[in-house]
Amino acid sequence: MNTGEMTFRSRLRGAADHLVTGLAIVATALVILPLVAIFVYLLYKGASSLNFAFFTQMPKPPGELGGGMANAIVGSAVLLGVGSLIGVPIGIGSGIFLAEYGRGTKLANAVRFTADVLNGVPSIVMGIAGYALVVVPLHRFSAFAGGVTLGIMMIPTITRTTEEMLLMVPNAVREAALGLGVPNWRSVLSITLRTASPGVITGCMLAFSRVAGETAPLIFTAFGNNFFSTTLKEPIEALPLQIWVYATGPYEDWHRLAWGGALVLIVLIVTAVSLVRWVTSRGVLKGAS
Amino acid sequence: MADRGFHWLMVLCAFSIFGIVILIATELVVRSQMTWKQFGLSFFYRADIDPTTHLPWYWDPVNGHFSALPFIYGTLVTSFVALLLAVPLAIGLSIFLTEMCPRVLRSGLAFLTELLAAIPSVIYGLWAVFVLVPILREHVNPWLTRALGWTGLFGIDNPTGLGYLAAAVVLAIMILPIISSLTREVMTAVPHSQREAVLALGATRWEMIRMGVLRNARIGIVGAVILGLGRALGETMAVQMVIGNTPEIHKSLLANGATMSAVIANEYAEAVTDLHRSALTELGLALFVVTIIVNALARLLVWAVTRGAPTQVH
Repeated sequence: MNTGEMTFRSRLRGAADHLVTGLAIVATALVILPLVAIFVYLLYKGASSLNFAFFTQMPKPPGELGGGMANAIVGSAVLLGVGSLIGVPIGIGSGIFLAEYGRGTKLANAVRFTADVLNGVPSIVMGIAGYALVVVPLHRFSAFAGGVTLGIMMIPTITRTTEEMLLMVPNAVREAALGLGVPNWRSVLSITLRTASPGVITGCMLAFSRVAGETAPLIFTAFGNNFFSTTLKEPIEALPLQIWVYATGPYEDWHRLAWGGALVLIVLIVTAVSLVRWVTSRGVLKGAS
Repeated sequence: MADRGFHWLMVLCAFSIFGIVILIATELVVRSQMTWKQFGLSFFYRADIDPTTHLPWYWDPVNGHFSALPFIYGTLVTSFVALLLAVPLAIGLSIFLTEMCPRVLRSGLAFLTELLAAIPSVIYGLWAVFVLVPILREHVNPWLTRALGWTGLFGIDNPTGLGYLAAAVVLAIMILPIISSLTREVMTAVPHSQREAVLALGATRWEMIRMGVLRNARIGIVGAVILGLGRALGETMAVQMVIGNTPEIHKSLLANGATMSAVIANEYAEAVTDLHRSALTELGLALFVVTIIVNALARLLVWAVTRGAPTQVH
């Protein structure tokens, strides 16, 4: 006697199932849509504004047509160079500590947690920290201050990826090295770290590409500079800073340059991220072990 | 000998992370002392009336009058509206990717959302200024005012298209990847036997997802949402570019506002007095403390769910 009601309920359940499936597909489309929109628009606007002058010329005075971002590109390279010099050794060192010396200890957990905390600090607060720690003592905005700030921001990512990659190295490899009478530090550097090096390098690239697009920590450390400069003591221009200034500025030609700069940044970052994904999905350590 | 030296060098590297975090914390505390001494806790909530114009008087660096209220309001409003927009989409995306999607599409779509996470803030801002804001200004905002203007939330006629809503939409796009990737992680951590048990009772796929997956993963999903909130609270450049940057409080989401991070980005380099810079540093300190609490809470929740679960269930 209940069959009528039952079929109605089962139909209702079926309808709910279809409805949710539809909603999930709509949600996916809504997520993918802005991404595709951003990329297509960026390619379209950026490609039309990139030319040889963009990479070789200095910015023109406001309102004049033409010019490029040569100083910003070189400035970004300088800042990222200084950042890597600070971030890469400290990051890899703490990664080695976590994976080789501190495994399972309370200290290692504390380091891991602190690295996560550092990773979660908003980039604008890192800018204030860079200002307080470097700009104030030296009494000037400088490329050095910007580089140090970026370097600190690279540490957590490099630490965590280095640890993960080292943990993937089988213990048999370590034992083999030690069995041959190699001192522990040689075994860590030449055997374990070497085996994991493709993964460690991609981790560094990930950190590099992440800070390459950072603007907020540079506003009051590197400060920006309209002229060509490579000295660490002077303020320096950076690509994301320049994009910000040009995007919020009133001139049509500035907007064009901003899109060009954005395309250059995005190409750099997408290349790094795809490389990371390719290397990790290939299982870097399989061939080596 | 060399062994011990190397060991201690690595320990030193690890300790430098502690050092950096402690250094940042002490610098922020020391450099915000001036504001703390002058205003105390009232810095975060005072709402005065300008004696001459009789308008609300919050942030006036030239006359040394500081209140963080409009920035806290802006940060909270934009972050929560962003969550409101992003969370349903992120959960929908995760359900699609883990439970419904054909395997061919899965890794491609997951990679696309990873790319979304890698785009720098300033490029989102650039896109928002030239694409999103015009769309909001021409099409969405007038419609919202007409349809929902009576609620007071979409009241003010702001001809620029900038404001809380524009900032919230950009934020939503920016925090989607982190929420969806973590949600996906906790959902794949739910054991297959749970799904099979519910299916064996004759459940449809949605009932299986609701009872077998979502119910088991809910704590982890809450953690993912809180982590997204932590991101949204500290996000700077994209928000600064579209929020309008006026230190005022409005009920309408279409009005111009300001957030804590945006005002620091705007004014820190050219602070007019020491008190002004100290007030901005105190805003930074507040952001620092709040994001640490939020992140720790989120990690704890995600960890509680994924702990002991198989890492890859495919």
